Amino acid sequence: MRLYEFEGKKLFKEWGLPVPDGELVEREEELLKGGKKIGFPLVAKVQVLKGGRGKAGGVKVINDEGELLEFGKKFFREGFLGKPIKGILLEKKLDVEKEFYLGITIDELAKRNCLLFTRGGMDVEEIARSGRVLKLHIDPFTGLKGFLTKGFFAKEFKGKTLLEISEIAVKLYDLYIKMDATMAEINPLILTKEQKFFCADSRIEIDDDALVRQKGNLERFNIPLREEKEREPTELEIKAREIDQLDHRGVAGRVVEFDGDIALIIGGGGASLTVFDAILRYGGKPANYCEIGGNPTVKKVQKLTELLLSKKGIKGVAVITNVLSNTRVDLVARGVIKGMLARGIDPSKFPVVFRVPGSWEEEGFKILEKYGIKYFTRDQTMDEAAKYIVDLLKKEA
Amino acid sequence: MAILADRNTRVIIQGITGREAATMPQEMLAYGTKVVAGVTPGKGGQRDHGIPVFDTMIEAVEKCGGDASVVSVPPLFAKDAVMEAVEAGIKLIIVLTERIPKSDVIEMLSYAEARGARVIGPNSPGIICPEETRLGYLGGSNPQKAYKKGPVGIISRSGGMCTELANILTRNGIGQSTVIGIGGDPVVGTIYTDLLPLFQQDEETKAIVLFCEPGGKKEEAAAEYIKEKFTKKVIVFFGGRFVDKMPGMRFGHASVIVRPGYGTTEEKIKLFKSAGCIVVENYSEIPQVLKEVL
Repeated sequence: MRLYEFEGKKLFKEWGLPVPDGELVEREEELLKGGKKIGFPLVAKVQVLKGGRGKAGGVKVINDEGELLEFGKKFFREGFLGKPIKGILLEKKLDVEKEFYLGITIDELAKRNCLLFTRGGMDVEEIARSGRVLKLHIDPFTGLKGFLTKGFFAKEFKGKTLLEISEIAVKLYDLYIKMDATMAEINPLILTKEQKFFCADSRIEIDDDALVRQKGNLERFNIPLREEKEREPTELEIKAREIDQLDHRGVAGRVVEFDGDIALIIGGGGASLTVFDAILRYGGKPANYCEIGGNPTVKKVQKLTELLLSKKGIKGVAVITNVLSNTRVDLVARGVIKGMLARGIDPSKFPVVFRVPGSWEEEGFKILEKYGIKYFTRDQTMDEAAKYIVDLLKKEA
Repeated sequence: MAILADRNTRVIIQGITGREAATMPQEMLAYGTKVVAGVTPGKGGQRDHGIPVFDTMIEAVEKCGGDASVVSVPPLFAKDAVMEAVEAGIKLIIVLTERIPKSDVIEMLSYAEARGARVIGPNSPGIICPEETRLGYLGGSNPQKAYKKGPVGIISRSGGMCTELANILTRNGIGQSTVIGIGGDPVVGTIYTDLLPLFQQDEETKAIVLFCEPGGKKEEAAAEYIKEKFTKKVIVFFGGRFVDKMPGMRFGHASVIVRPGYGTTEEKIKLFKSAGCIVVENYSEIPQVLKEVL
């Protein structure tokens, strides 16, 4: 779960990291009050969960009340990149001498957390590509201690600034571990002309799998739990999630809606990726991505089928999975057939293909035969089933 | 010889009585796996499918011996279970549990590594050495239908695709030496580059198949390793090519998310090709390609 800049800075303050004086303004009417409190010139920053804010005009140096009102009005009324903003953070403008990037995240190849440092406030992707990054892998049992950070920064800093930045890194790591973060970035970390460091921005991501044990901490800082999404979920996606939560047995959901005409009921993590690719490769247009697995109940599969078929313009159904280990073929078959019947669709007349081999497949195949449904066995691949349904729809068109 | 385990490997199941383990212990026994003990704290003294259950790993190993363990416990208990296995001297630990907090994962991996133990997973479906042994749930209740002994090693980020790939090889008369699901999480204990040296040394393995996905940098590291050190044939297949066009969105596994210029399939495929690997478009082509190179 990604935090807003102002939320991250609450944590920074609590951990004793230097943050510029700031004020979060949540409504247009409060802009001037906030401006007065901080004083001009100041930096105004829209609060959104997206990166690349600066490049898109969401961060601006403001010299007077007029500029502040203009900036605030625009983003409170129009939103930022098409989305409403959470607020605008006003911060004292710093007298910048140098900018740095300081961050901690996971290095999946080393299987360790890693301290990253570089000069210049680039964005993360640029930093990764540039290769000009200083890295320090952190032993989880030693932690990140002063003797390590001082050694790490000694090539770049001397004297008091060395001690200060070493301390900042130690505190950032402490926050990172105690909050179960998977990323904690200060970008830029600013060194002012008076040789003081300030964390000018914050980017913190909390491990979704650790939220269960971070609830109390987040409440303490008044940070609400929220779901991350690249775009607002569609109605279909929201309904699919409700179906998936009908009971705890198995997955029948995780739907992402697309603009096509083939309803996909596809299985597993890697297999669903493979099937989706195959449908596209043969020239088909998927109406959705989804996943079933872990032996979901007949009811869940039925409801999911009904939902996917309720989308306008569906011309066919593809139920394609890998050879299943623990999901029962007969239960999937029952669920899909029930869903089709409930929508008033005769499975023997509608374009539909099954390729769902695995546990209880003999029982499953019998059911499919009874309803006159075309099915493939483990002797044919998922590719063949994908091609079959795409070709069938082309013929019908 | 298979890599990592064989019919003589003595296996302990951690969390044997739990809901997550379900029918797995039975299925492992049926496949011939030497399951010598189970551990569930607080349930010592019971028996599960005839397997003695202990409170602690130390006790289980003392009484029954043990070379490997399969961890199937709730996420917040997984770190402790893995470290307990390491302390008991277990050298191969397969972690099936998913959704373990990352900082726990990093701690347990680091602890194991420092003491010479290998962790596969978390979120791994396990490994199978066909007609030898199975640790985990690959192949479900009927593994002998999909898996057959032979010369091809498989490493996969997806559990389902392990069985799917083995199945089409078996249908085409090509057996497998060892099949490993490394787990769909961003941070897992064993990645391609940890397994490639083992397959390189294994005389039984003549070629390997990799099932890869978008996201992360594991494939990039694998391609580099293959280019420099791996001499056997490598066939690569990617699921999720479409994800490249949708940066920031997650599909399937927790690790399947790309950012512009980072973790894209396009880039990974380019590197594999320059390392001399055969990258197929459809996984259906794999048997034919293997017949040509074997």
